[in-house]
Parts: sequence; C-alpha cells; structure tokens
Amino acid sequence: MNIRQIELEVMRYDPEKDEAPWFQQYSVPCQEDWAILDALNYVKDELDTTLAYRWSCHMMVCGSCGMMINGEPSLTCKTFVRDLPDKVRVEPLENFPIERDLVVVLDDVMQKLHQVQPYIVRKDAPPQEDKEFTQSRGALMKFKQLTMCINCMCCYAACPQYGLDKNFIGPAALALAHRYNLDSRDQGKSDRLDILADHDGVWECSFVGACSEVCPKHVDPAAAIQQMKIDGAMEFWKQKLGMPGDKS
Amino acid sequence: MEHIKADVVIVGAGGAGLRAAIAIAETHPELEVALISKVYPMRSHTCAAEGGAAGVKRADDSLEMHFNDTVSGGDWLCDQDVVEYFVEQAPRELVQLEHWGCPWSRDDDGSVAVRPFGGMKKERTWYAADKSGFHILHTLFQTSLQFPSIKRYDEFFALDLLHEDGRARGVVALEMRSGRFFHFSANSVIMATGGAGKIFPFTTNGAIKTGDGMAMAYRAGVPLKDMEFVQYHPTGLPGTGILLTEGCRGEGGVLVNKDGYRYLQDYDMGPETPLGAPVFKSMELGPRDRLSQAFWHEQKKGNTVETAWGDCVLMDMRHLGEQKILERLPLVHELALSYVGVDMVKDPVPVRPVVHYMMGGIASNIDGGTPMPGLYAIGETACGSLNGANRLGSNSLTELLVFGKRAAAAAAVFAVQQDGPDNDSAMTLQAEAVVARIRGLLQQNEGVESIAGIRREMASSLEAGAGIYRDEEGTEATCKKLAELQQRSSGIEVNDKSNVFNTDLQGLLELQNMLDVAECVAEASNARKESRGAHQRMDYTERDDETYLKHSLAYRQVGDRPRIDWLDVTITRSQPGVRDYSGDKK
Repeated sequence: MNIRQIELEVMRYDPEKDEAPWFQQYSVPCQEDWAILDALNYVKDELDTTLAYRWSCHMMVCGSCGMMINGEPSLTCKTFVRDLPDKVRVEPLENFPIERDLVVVLDDVMQKLHQVQPYIVRKDAPPQEDKEFTQSRGALMKFKQLTMCINCMCCYAACPQYGLDKNFIGPAALALAHRYNLDSRDQGKSDRLDILADHDGVWECSFVGACSEVCPKHVDPAAAIQQMKIDGAMEFWKQKLGMPGDKS
Repeated sequence: MEHIKADVVIVGAGGAGLRAAIAIAETHPELEVALISKVYPMRSHTCAAEGGAAGVKRADDSLEMHFNDTVSGGDWLCDQDVVEYFVEQAPRELVQLEHWGCPWSRDDDGSVAVRPFGGMKKERTWYAADKSGFHILHTLFQTSLQFPSIKRYDEFFALDLLHEDGRARGVVALEMRSGRFFHFSANSVIMATGGAGKIFPFTTNGAIKTGDGMAMAYRAGVPLKDMEFVQYHPTGLPGTGILLTEGCRGEGGVLVNKDGYRYLQDYDMGPETPLGAPVFKSMELGPRDRLSQAFWHEQKKGNTVETAWGDCVLMDMRHLGEQKILERLPLVHELALSYVGVDMVKDPVPVRPVVHYMMGGIASNIDGGTPMPGLYAIGETACGSLNGANRLGSNSLTELLVFGKRAAAAAAVFAVQQDGPDNDSAMTLQAEAVVARIRGLLQQNEGVESIAGIRREMASSLEAGAGIYRDEEGTEATCKKLAELQQRSSGIEVNDKSNVFNTDLQGLLELQNMLDVAECVAEASNARKESRGAHQRMDYTERDDETYLKHSLAYRQVGDRPRIDWLDVTITRSQPGVRDYSGDKK
C-alpha cells in the first residue's frame, strides 16, 4: 500500500502548564486508505504518547472523535487522508472550552440533551406490558432521520448562534426534542414546548444551516428547528383560541 | 481522595449498565445508583452492534425453538436454566424498549419487524435497520435521564474493586478531567464494562474494550469463566476490522471464494441454497464459529482472494438490489464504501473473520451473581453461560436487557439487606493502596518498553497461539510469552505527567488489564484438550463430553500463570447432541 507523508499540525493544551494553546507538528507516514484518526493513533503509538484525544469505535457511530480538521467540524474516523492536502491542521471542536489537547468540555451540551426531556412521555395509560405500540412505516419515517444523531457535537462547533450565546439550546438537543415530539408513541410535546419556545429555544436559531452541512449523519437539525418554529407558533395560537393541541 | 457513598455502584454505562440502572431506579427509587463509566454513555460499544436483538415474536416460532437454537449453537456449554429464563424474558424486554421509544424497523402492519440470523430456526431478530445496538443504547441512555436516583460519573476510569472478608465494597476510580481519585463505597457493585476484543490484533471492537471489569474482578480473586471461547465474526472488513453485520447474510448475502464458489457447502453447511432464498440454519445462515473455521480452511487451500489488506473471501449482496440494501443495511453500505472503496450494490465486498466477542468473562450465575457476595456482572464482561462455546448472533443485545434487569433486582435486594461497611477505615486503606500503585506508575522514569510495543506483541502472540485453530505447542508458547510481557510491562514509563485527561496513564492501565485477560484466554485454551464451538484444537479435534462438558475457571495466582479449575454445566432438558446445519434438507 502506498505511503504518503502528511504534516499534522495538532493543537496542544495542558491547563497545568500551558498559558495558551499552541501547535505541534508531527510528520506522519500515512497509508493511502487511512482516516485522520489513524494518523492520530500513529502519533500516539509511535511519536508522542502524551497527545490526548477521544476515540473508540472507528466506524462513525460512537461520536467520540469530533474535531476541527482544517477548520471544519468533522469525525476524524470519517475524514480520509486521500481527500486532504499534505498539511492538515487538527484542533479541538470550536465553541467548547478545551479540557486538554483535542479533548473539549462537554458539560454544557450534556446538560442540554437532558433538559429537552428526550424520552417517551405518556399521558394515557401505558400499553400492556407485553403489547407493542403499532407504528406505521410512514409514522416512523417522520422522525427516523432525527434518531441518527450520534452526539458528536460537530453541529455545535459549526453553529454561529451557539458561538455567540451559550444559553442557546442548540442544534443536536433541539433536533432530539423534535424527534420525540414527532414520535407517534409520545405525548410529551406540550411539556417540551415551554423549554423550546423559551428565548433560548428555537427562536434563537438564525437559520444559517451550518449544523446540517457538517452533520456526519445527515440529521438536518436546521430543518427540524424550522419545523419546530412552525409547530410552536401553531401551538401558541391553538392555546390562545382554546383549540386542542395535536401531533403534527 | 473524595469519598462517595452509594447503594449500588455500576461500572460501565453501555446497554447492560444502563438497563440495570433504570431497573433499580424504577423499583427502588430510594436507592442511590452511582453509574461510573470511562466514556460518556453514548460512546459505549453497544452502539456498534448492528444486526439486532433476538426474541421470539412470530406465531410460527416458539420459546422451545429459541432455546434449542441457543443451546446447540453454544455446543451444549450453555447453562440451560439460564437459557430457559432468557428466551422467556426476551420478548418482554424487547417490547419494553419499544415502549421507551426504540425506533425498531416495522412491517407493513405497523408491528415490529424481525429478520433471519445465523443459527436461528426462525426470523426472530428485532432490528432498527443496521444500527440496532446504536438505537438500543441511545434509547436506554435517553430513558435513563428521567431518573434522579441515577447519578452519573462520566469519564471516570475505574481502577480496582474494593472488598473485605470476601465481600465487594466498592471501587476506586480516576476522574479523567482532574486526575483526582474517588473512593466509591456501596454494598453492591455491578460490573458492566463490556468485552476485551482489543487483546487481539484484528477486532471489530472499539478502543475502549480492554477487559477492565474482567481484570478488576480477577485481581480481586474472582475467577474468569470459559475464557478460551473467543468469537470470530466471519465478515469483517479487511484492514480496519469493521463489522459487516450478519444481517447482510440474513437478508440474503452469500459468501464466495476466489472462484466464485459458495464454499460453505464443503463444510457441512450445504447443500447450496438458491440465491436470494436463504434457508434457516444452513450455508450463510450457519453459526459464526463454523463460518470462521471454514474461512481458515479455504485460506489453507489457497482459495481466498488476495487483497491489499491480506487474504479475504467475498460477500456478494448484489442480488438484493439497491433499494433493499439502502433501506435495511445503510450503515454497512456506507462503511464498505468509505473504508475499502466498494459499493456493495455493484460489487462483492472483501471480508475476513475478525475477533468480535468474548463468550467468557466474570464467572456469574443466573442472577448475575459472582462467587464474591455483592459483586454482580452483566453483559459481555460477564459469563453467565447463556452463550456457551459459541454465541448466536443477536442473542447478546437481548442478554444485556434480560440480565441487566435481573442482576439489578438481585443487587438492589442485596444492597438493602446488608449493613453498611463494618470497617470504613480498612476500605480507605485499601483505596489508598490502589492510589499509591497508580502514583508509582506515574513516577517511573526511563522506561525501556512502550505501551504500543507490548500491546502489539501481546496481540500477535494471542492471535498466533489462541486464534481460530489452536494446538498445545501454540498455546503453551503464548502462555509463556504473555508471562514475559507481564514482567516487561513494568518497564514502561508514562511520559505524560499531567493530571488532566492523561490517556498515556490510562493506556498503561488498560494494557495491564488486557495482559491479565489475555493470560486467562491463553491458559484456558491450553487446558481444554477438546474441540467445542469456537475453541478448535488441531491436536484434539473431537468434542469430549466425558471430560470437558464443563466450564473452565481461571484463577489468578500472584507471580505465576493462572490456575485452571472446572465447573459443571447445568443441563435441564437437552443432552449434548449433534449440531446440524444442513438446513431443512438432510
């Protein structure tokens, strides 16, 4: 297999000794089929065991390895050396505090995922223990794509609004709320409305669409947020006019 | 050191750990659960499971058939009381996930769809396209968020089990972001840390699967059971080892050698089935052990295809058509395209066997209980003997749920019945000794060995001596090599001296865990002088029920190789017989 030399420019930061982040260069002999994650693993194993970064599955599903690659929020296991120039800059995800090197602090987004009540809420009695809900394929398709989010948080790194205002709930968490709102088994939409219609909720989104562009799983949080704005407005007028709310 | 008191400590927040945490929160909301994980729950390796979860669903299926498939699939090394309970509870647990919002794929009538899987007599694998484990994990994680009694400790790396008078008392863990040590005390500890595929060089497993829970239990004197049984999944992508789900074959994909010949018919899994019409329990729907062994023979015969990543066979799915592939197998389609540049709609994909799953693990019973009171084990890190000598695909996701829930119930009851620690200061001393050991590692300078170097030697030695086929000479050489590596690993210097997210230190601790687990795999492979399921010996080619219808137990001996003991298999109604994978045709 052909080897190509890549110059990796990796952001380093150890809060115990560095006043500010800095860049370290590594020259990595990459096999032609490697992803950037393989190059980072080469650095870790052969060049510098002190480099810190998160990774696990190496198959685009665990969501650990989101980083900035040449300025773009990306999964390092899904970004291939063959598609990149000879010089590659790797930085921690934008818009997050740096914990160490390429590792960012995720407390805020973890709290936001929690905040939107991402679980089935039932007002009616639950179905019998051994009976499943019936859900047509059409009903599943309404929210299926929104279930694909792997929480890699690339969308938060791309989101200009989150960059400006950390109170904004942000793309992945809003898309997750919408996923449950659209699920025919759920009856918690009105509970979530207060959070979503709040000033930090959907109305903060300026519809730049950067979140959907960088999403490695094609979840399209931007579209979800626009739908929620419409839903929110409808719900508001329904409540004003005393009409019963329903599932759209 | 921070001291955290909980009622139940769960180590690992994948499918099993989360299911257990939810079960305790639902039934005992007054009990505080400390859920410790070295990664955020969504990163747990449950997310990588693709094909689905088994549970009887169709009217033409039965618990009896699921039982028989599992027991014969496991080559009669399953504990049959465990299998009985499992098949009975499986459908209910899968419905429970449905109620929690799991986006299962659906049939035309809106009911949950099931697909065929290897070694299964009927369609009984519930699936969410080919991301079943991912959806199960996220459903459980999101559901868990509504329970305030579950207190999560994300990115806390558990170091060692604390125990007193033979009873589990808690764990010591390292908070990755701060480098601070935490002493968690609890009356019940549940290990749910997953498998240890990373002890092998070529595996579907993620970086995090380093056998931490197994090693912690083993160091505390608890035996590891049936460690010689390592599952090779027959269809991994060459190079990366990424899994291409058994669902590919369940949907009708076939395996061919370099001549385009469906070679499985030469290995007692024929006759050849018509393209696009797979027959249960034959050919490509045979069990994983048999398919991986068939590859080994094809390679020896020179019938494999040479690729840039080594010898492969080809999985041909073209006859399924683009629509079916994209609807049912979108992830594997994307993975094959990205990692080996093959569009499976248009071309066959090169595949080869890859280490996937440990049937062995912490010796546990139907309650998840271990020989150490207060210590429970569930999921891949446990060996509750559901899977015997060879696990059937799609039984393990359901296992997480069924035994996650059952062990949780047992652990909760145990926690309530016990008094608090008799001797808190003794536990503090024990915790401090663990911390001193870790600090000692950090202070070591001028190491002559490297983590990556020892890891590579360990993995290649294990593959050579305890791979798909084994013999005395090979296993003995591997046992000796691993003992040597144990010694040499003390010469590793941790270059990173930072307290903050020190993955160099974590890497060394994971390597130590892996070495312990690897030694048990090699020693048990050496001791079992028969061939059964995934354990195939070239020098003992037959199954020997007279001597080895037993579980192996590997015990730690300080400064020496593991000691192997034996434990009877529980047989309730199925006497050992012939594993028949000729389908409906005789």
